[in-house]
This record gives sequence, structure tokens and C-alpha cells, in this order.
Amino acid sequence: MAESPVTPPRARATREAATDTAIRVRGLRKTYDVPERESGLRASARSLLRRQTKEVVAVSGISFDVAPGEVVGFLGPNGAGKTTTLKMLSGLLYPSAGEATVLGHIPWDREKAYLRQMTLVMGQRNQLVWDIPVADSYELNRAIYRIPEIEYQQTLTELIDLLDLETLLTKPVRNLSLGERMKCELAGALLHRPSVLFLDEPTLGLDVTAQRRIRTFIAEYAARHNATVLLTSHYMADVEALAERVLVIHQGALLFDGALGALVARFSPHKTLTIDLEYPVLDLDRFGEVVAIDDCHAILRVPKTQAAAITARLLAELPIVDLSVTDPPVDEVIDTVFSSGASGADPDQLSEIETALEPISV
Amino acid sequence: MIDLIHLYRAQFKTTIAEQFQYRGALVIWLTGLILEPVIFLSVWAAVARSQGGAVDGFTANDFAAYFLLTLIVDHAGFTWIMWEMEYWIRQGNLSPLLVRPVHPIHRHIANNLTFKLLTMVVVIPVVIVLGFVFRPSFTITPATALAFVPAVVLAMALRFAVEWTLASVAFWVTRVNALNQLYYVVFLFLAGMAAPLALLPEPVRILAEWLPFYRMLGFPVEVLLGRLTPQQVAVGFAAQIAWLTVALVLLNVTWARGIRKYSAVGA
Repeated sequence: MAESPVTPPRARATREAATDTAIRVRGLRKTYDVPERESGLRASARSLLRRQTKEVVAVSGISFDVAPGEVVGFLGPNGAGKTTTLKMLSGLLYPSAGEATVLGHIPWDREKAYLRQMTLVMGQRNQLVWDIPVADSYELNRAIYRIPEIEYQQTLTELIDLLDLETLLTKPVRNLSLGERMKCELAGALLHRPSVLFLDEPTLGLDVTAQRRIRTFIAEYAARHNATVLLTSHYMADVEALAERVLVIHQGALLFDGALGALVARFSPHKTLTIDLEYPVLDLDRFGEVVAIDDCHAILRVPKTQAAAITARLLAELPIVDLSVTDPPVDEVIDTVFSSGASGADPDQLSEIETALEPISV
Repeated sequence: MIDLIHLYRAQFKTTIAEQFQYRGALVIWLTGLILEPVIFLSVWAAVARSQGGAVDGFTANDFAAYFLLTLIVDHAGFTWIMWEMEYWIRQGNLSPLLVRPVHPIHRHIANNLTFKLLTMVVVIPVVIVLGFVFRPSFTITPATALAFVPAVVLAMALRFAVEWTLASVAFWVTRVNALNQLYYVVFLFLAGMAAPLALLPEPVRILAEWLPFYRMLGFPVEVLLGRLTPQQVAVGFAAQIAWLTVALVLLNVTWARGIRKYSAVGA
């Protein structure tokens, strides 16, 4: 337990900020050996003698870079490998192969100098001691992270202000609602002003208002402290609001790395045409798939390549009052990508999709 | 070092606040802790009286002195890590502790010491009251009192290190309760919990003197009671230090390997 002298966190963070990568991942891979046996007594007996295990690939060699101060959304269905990746980058898991550096440290060495500069928020029971008031838990964190008194007071005031925690601090954690607890968890995880944040589903289970509150806060924190954020979420709204850049991971492989808008352009084969008509028209389906129709208002889905031509035809042939061409909502696009593959019923279909998606260089 | 003191102080406050939330549970816990040596004491005192006043030279009042001191030393030394560790590992509660820049052992040491300080306030008066009931006979000299302090501190450290190491088995074995039970039974007899070592059959007594358990409980008690020769005390200290060294090495190795496994299979 010898305390080795370490570079003060902030000095190091500044040095790292000078380079242009906060997180660097190359060919990162993680496989698990999962015990496997058939049901039944005989199989049980056999497995006593020799355990059958099956190798499951959770993350299959992904590579990406994240610049300091960048907020990146990590998208993928359950079991895609998001959490496993976050756990490797925060130092909780050893990878099976590949390498990664975060702020110049190898995460799974768990050097104290690294741990002092990063935070991992996973689930809702990390930072806070269940039975005591929130403020007391924060005091403990202050000691754990050796936060100087003045800096601690500054940060705490800022967090109380941003998250509206004033009335919560004196309550025992078990008396807080889910949303309140998440706010307090987040604040606790940020008291030491980490420059890298790994957030796994920070808004899970929260109502819309609380979700928005947390989102605004994360954006605000990242901007103020030039923090690098890697966040996973099931809620597209989170990612849309926070991340200009998204990483799409599916079955352990990186399918897409780029701007959110580009994701839609790349994956959605459709455009949405919304039209207002002077009077109802019945045979709209000759122009494209009718998604919704209500008297003089209709929504059509048409292949992207034909969108221009169809728009021209609509304008020429119908009494159009108003017309707009839009991309479908992001979550719809994502849903199409994942549901076609994630159901896993037809491996051929999946490989077709993956070929079509041309996985970006890994 | 100053940072560590700061950490322990913060942890003390947290634990005290936590423990006061569970006053009921605390009372039940303490009752069990006190009852066990009192039962052994009652049984042995009865045996002594039925055998005309003494068993192998132990009178009922000697037993009272031995078991009441055992109560205090056992309370000072006991840990609950063997039960807690499994929970940490199985529920994934260890994960948040691992990504903090402090070894989780500090948290447990601080918790343990705080709990002891807090509960000694109850245990000492209880022992004094029991003293009026069971009438222990003992003489404490400055020399034995002086030797008792390092003996009990080493006993606490040794027991903590051994039990933390055994607790780490939970990294490899899913159900550690069987091991815990076995350890408890061994401890009961070889530590001098159920009976002073002098009353055990010769081979068992020799075994107990070579193994670490007696050094965690019976040894400091007998040091204070002046039942040991200076040579036995010196050998005892040497044994405590030797076992503590072994236990600390084992602790570091099993912990490092355990964490490595935990980190490999999915923290």
C-alpha cells in the first residue's frame, strides 16, 4: 500500500491535452469463456468431470480515437459490447487482445494517477453510501481522491448549482427517488473533476424531465472542463442532444464511426416526404409507401434515390399546399440496422447487412 | 501518510453514521458475541465445581478470568470479511471500489476499527458486570500488561490478514459458506475459544501452538493473565510475527490473482 509519488492529476491532464488523443483504442478484443452444458442429469454429471466452455466474443477487435473534450455516443443493442468496452477503458476488465491508452495510461494497469482522472458511472449504486446523507458520502470521496479543500468547495458549489442538489444533500441516500439518486451519483462521480468520463446508461429508468436535466448537465460539465465523455444510452435523445459523434457497435464490431447526421444518411435507404394537400387524394400509394394519412395531410416513405424524382412528380400531379423532405428519425434508422441483425434469426441476412454497411476500417 | 489518516478519519465518520442507522441489529450482533464465551464459561465453571473445584488446575474463577478476557480479545479481533467478500464479488459491488485510487482493504480496516471502537463502549461495561457475577481471579502486573498490548495488536493484524486471505477464495469458489464453517470450527478449538489450550489433549495442544489460530486469541489472553513463562511469551511474539509475514504475503498474492481473475471474467 506504499504511496508512490505521482504527477498531480491536473498537471498531467494538461500535458495530455496537448496531444490530440484522449482515448486511443487499437484492435481491442474481449472474449469470455462461458460454461455450456446440455440440460439433464447425465449432462450435469458429465460437466462435473469436464467443464464444457464456449468462447463468446463480446468485443471483436475495435479501434477508434477520441480527442480531448469530445463527447462521443456509443450506440448498440443489448449485448453489443458497449459496457464491456467501457469496462476495459476504465480499467475494470483485462482485454483478451489489443491495446488502449487513456490519457496516456494503460487503463487496466489501474495506476492511481489514472484512476484519479477518470470516472465510471455504471448503474446507480457506485459513489454513495446507502444509509448516510449524501453530503457525508461526498466527504468520503474527498478523502479518497485527496481533493484539496478549496477545490472541493468550488466543485461542490458548482455541482449543486448545475444539478439543483441543495435540498438533497442532507437526506440519506435510501430516501431519494431514482432521479434524485442519479443526480447525486453523478455529482459524486465528478467531485474530483475527472477529465475522462465513462457513462453507462446515465439516464436509464429516469423520467423525461430528469433525463433532460442529466443531459444538460453532462454537456455543461464537458464544456466547462474540456472533459472527454464516452457515453452509452438506449435513449436516442441522449445521444442526439450530447454527441456530435457516434460509434455504432453491433455484435462486438464497430459498424460506424462518424457524425450522427452521416449515420442517417448512410444507413437509411429512405426519405420521408410530408405533404399537405388542398383536398384529399386517394391513390397516394402510387408515389410510395404511405406511412400515415389524415384527410389532407400525409406522410410517405420513398427510396432515397428516387426522392427527388418523386417529389417532382408529386408537385406536378397533385394539389400540393406544402411539402417537406426529411430523413427518418435517428432511432428509427438505428432500429432498422439493429433489428435486422440483432434478432439473429438469419445469419446470411446479417452478413448481407454488414456487407451493405461496409464496416468502417477497423 | 497524511492522506491515509485523512481517509481513515472520513471512513470513521461514515461508519459511525452508518452503524447508528442500525442500532437494533447492533444490539443483536453484540448479544451473540457476548453470549458465546459466557456459555463456555458457564459450562467450564460447572465442570470445575463438580470436580471438586478445579479442572487441571483451572478453578471456576480462573475460567472466569480466561473467558471474560477472551470475550474482549475476540471482539477486538473478529472480522466479517469472509461473509462480505462473497457479496462484493458476486453482486459486482467490488467494481466501483476497484476504479478508485485507494485499495479496498483500507475501507475494510477503517470500518472494522470503527465498529470495534463503537462497540467496546458496550462490551467493556458488560464484561465488568459479568465480572461481578462470575468472580474472575487474576493478577495483572505491569510487565504482563505491557506485553499484552503488542500481543493483542499483532493478534488483530494476524487474524485480519488470515481472514482477508481466506475471503479471497470467493474469487474462485462460488459458495464460500462451507469454508467459513470449517474455519470457524477450527478456530473454536485451536484458538483457545472453547477451552484454554492447556486443557486440550497433548497432540492437539502442540498442533495449536504451531498453527496461527492460537496466536490470534488465546495467546494474548494468556499473556495478560501471566500464565506463560517469559520464554513462551518470546516464542509467541516470534510466532505472531512469522505468521503475520506469511499471511501478508499470501494476502497480496491471492488478492492480486483474484482481482486478475475478476477482471478477466467480467467485473
